[in-house]
Amino acid sequence: MARVATTRRVAISTISAWLVGFLIFFPILWMVLTSFKTELEAFAVPPSFLFFHWTTENYATVQERSDYVHHAINSIIIAGGSTLIALLIAIPAAWSMAFAPTKRTKDVLLWMLSTKMMPSVGVLVPIYLIWRDFGLLDSRIGLVIILCLGNLPIVIWMLFTYFKEIPKDILEAARMDGATISRELIYVLTPMAVPGLASTLLLNLILAWNEAFWTLNLSTLQAAPLTVFIASYSSPEGLFWAKLSAASTLAIAPILVLGWFSQRQLVRGLTFGAVK
Amino acid sequence: MSAHAPEPNLAAIPHLAPDGRASSQITEAGPTAPRQMQLLARALLTPAVALLFIWMIVPLALTIYFSTLHYNLLDPETQQFVGLENFRYFLTDPAFLASLQNTLVLVGSVLGLTILLGIPVALLLDQPVIGRSIVRLMVIAPFFVMPTVSALIWKNLLMHPVSGLFAWIAKLFGATPIDWFNDAPLFAIILIVAWQWLPFATLILLTALQSLDEEQKEAAEMDGAGAVSTFIYITLPHLARPITVVILIETIFLLTVFAEIFVTTGGGPGLQTTNIAFLIYSQALIQYDIGSASAGGLVAVVIANIVAFFLVRIVGRNLEA
Repeated sequence: MARVATTRRVAISTISAWLVGFLIFFPILWMVLTSFKTELEAFAVPPSFLFFHWTTENYATVQERSDYVHHAINSIIIAGGSTLIALLIAIPAAWSMAFAPTKRTKDVLLWMLSTKMMPSVGVLVPIYLIWRDFGLLDSRIGLVIILCLGNLPIVIWMLFTYFKEIPKDILEAARMDGATISRELIYVLTPMAVPGLASTLLLNLILAWNEAFWTLNLSTLQAAPLTVFIASYSSPEGLFWAKLSAASTLAIAPILVLGWFSQRQLVRGLTFGAVK
Repeated sequence: MSAHAPEPNLAAIPHLAPDGRASSQITEAGPTAPRQMQLLARALLTPAVALLFIWMIVPLALTIYFSTLHYNLLDPETQQFVGLENFRYFLTDPAFLASLQNTLVLVGSVLGLTILLGIPVALLLDQPVIGRSIVRLMVIAPFFVMPTVSALIWKNLLMHPVSGLFAWIAKLFGATPIDWFNDAPLFAIILIVAWQWLPFATLILLTALQSLDEEQKEAAEMDGAGAVSTFIYITLPHLARPITVVILIETIFLLTVFAEIFVTTGGGPGLQTTNIAFLIYSQALIQYDIGSASAGGLVAVVIANIVAFFLVRIVGRNLEA
């Protein structure tokens, strides 16, 4: 858009956008800064923004005292395991609905979506009791199962919307050249599906990593992922701000990086394709 | 889609070499796939459908069953059928009305805040901004922070009445610092949750804005429409659908806000920050009252389903387009 005041307009919108971005991001920045302070400085009034005694002792203490690595491994196993299993179940289902749709495909899809609408708290009681009876409370397997089931509808939906965009002509062409279904899957479909698979994987890792209803209710120590580990800092009336900040920074850093990579797929995944 | 660039050549092959075998298969693979394919497709779909069906039906059936029992885990021997007694108890409990009200206030306020702030932020990011991708990253970041972290960081580092940053800012301006979690606990939680969901609203609105036809806006401007009327008559109607989607999806998640309350207030002081999700949790896992918690769970399911009904319709309409 050619306008007279273009430069001024760009300057104004740039400055205000950066200001707004900075304000929204500030709590995270503040947390990271606090994680490098001593406990005394973290609590100090007036607060110091940059000119404090930078230290990494909090990170060391967090690992020593509360076994951060143990919970991080739990998070990786639970988020990774539930996402991979969900993908294994969802890929065939989404493939089937995208490439061999029937009259009922739309109903099946909407029904799957509706299972995601069930509030977790509505089934907390039976799940808790079943998990207790099967010895799944505070076990990684128990959390993998529940997060896998909880995210399965989203995984199927995302894959479905990606698969549907693969032009069918190509598959038919391959078939005409004599490709069997398995060859078609491996050599034609898979390479084209990789970007969709990758973003589905990424988004679901994020959702599972941050899930904080089932993890808080179904695990305490052994299987506790980082969400629960951080929650344990709420009890002794928050006196260890620097350590809380260090633990929090460690807990969100990996997922923040993944999240930034997947931001373009986020909209589509979370709106079930309703906004693209 | 640039990764798919070489593929169209493949699609062109049959047109270049249309021998008899290929064309006969074209008709065969027409609108209805071959029978073998259909069977395979059904076999591939079945595990997912079966699992989701079990996942939906079994816990729900059990919840319904438990909701008709007098059943407390502290006294598991005396299970007894009580009909609708649990519902009467749950729905007439003053805690229910309080928590229903808190739930509605929480959902409504967070929706209002995220949309009213999300629209200007999205409009701003849609402008020519130097370093837009970096600003985008900063705006979207809170969405990736796990709920327990954002709740505790806000509660301690920012909202603490003595050493929090907000208290320091208030004192800079000569105001009395607010003791957030004592004086306005629900509002404090609303702020935290709104901060987490603002990126979601912004991102969806921004995506929609970017698909708005630039020519249409330019035409309106050439016709002499000012920025305000362009916004009201062109941009806002275009945003109606994404706003609806934001409202519905956020509502589904906000109805069951849990972790933020769990780590900051534990539902208190009193019942001031107890929402339906937290009330059911405390009845189930603190008071061990399985019957009453199940009845409450069903109430939550009904409320969520009302919202879900509309969301599924919107998404379904989009599926046909």
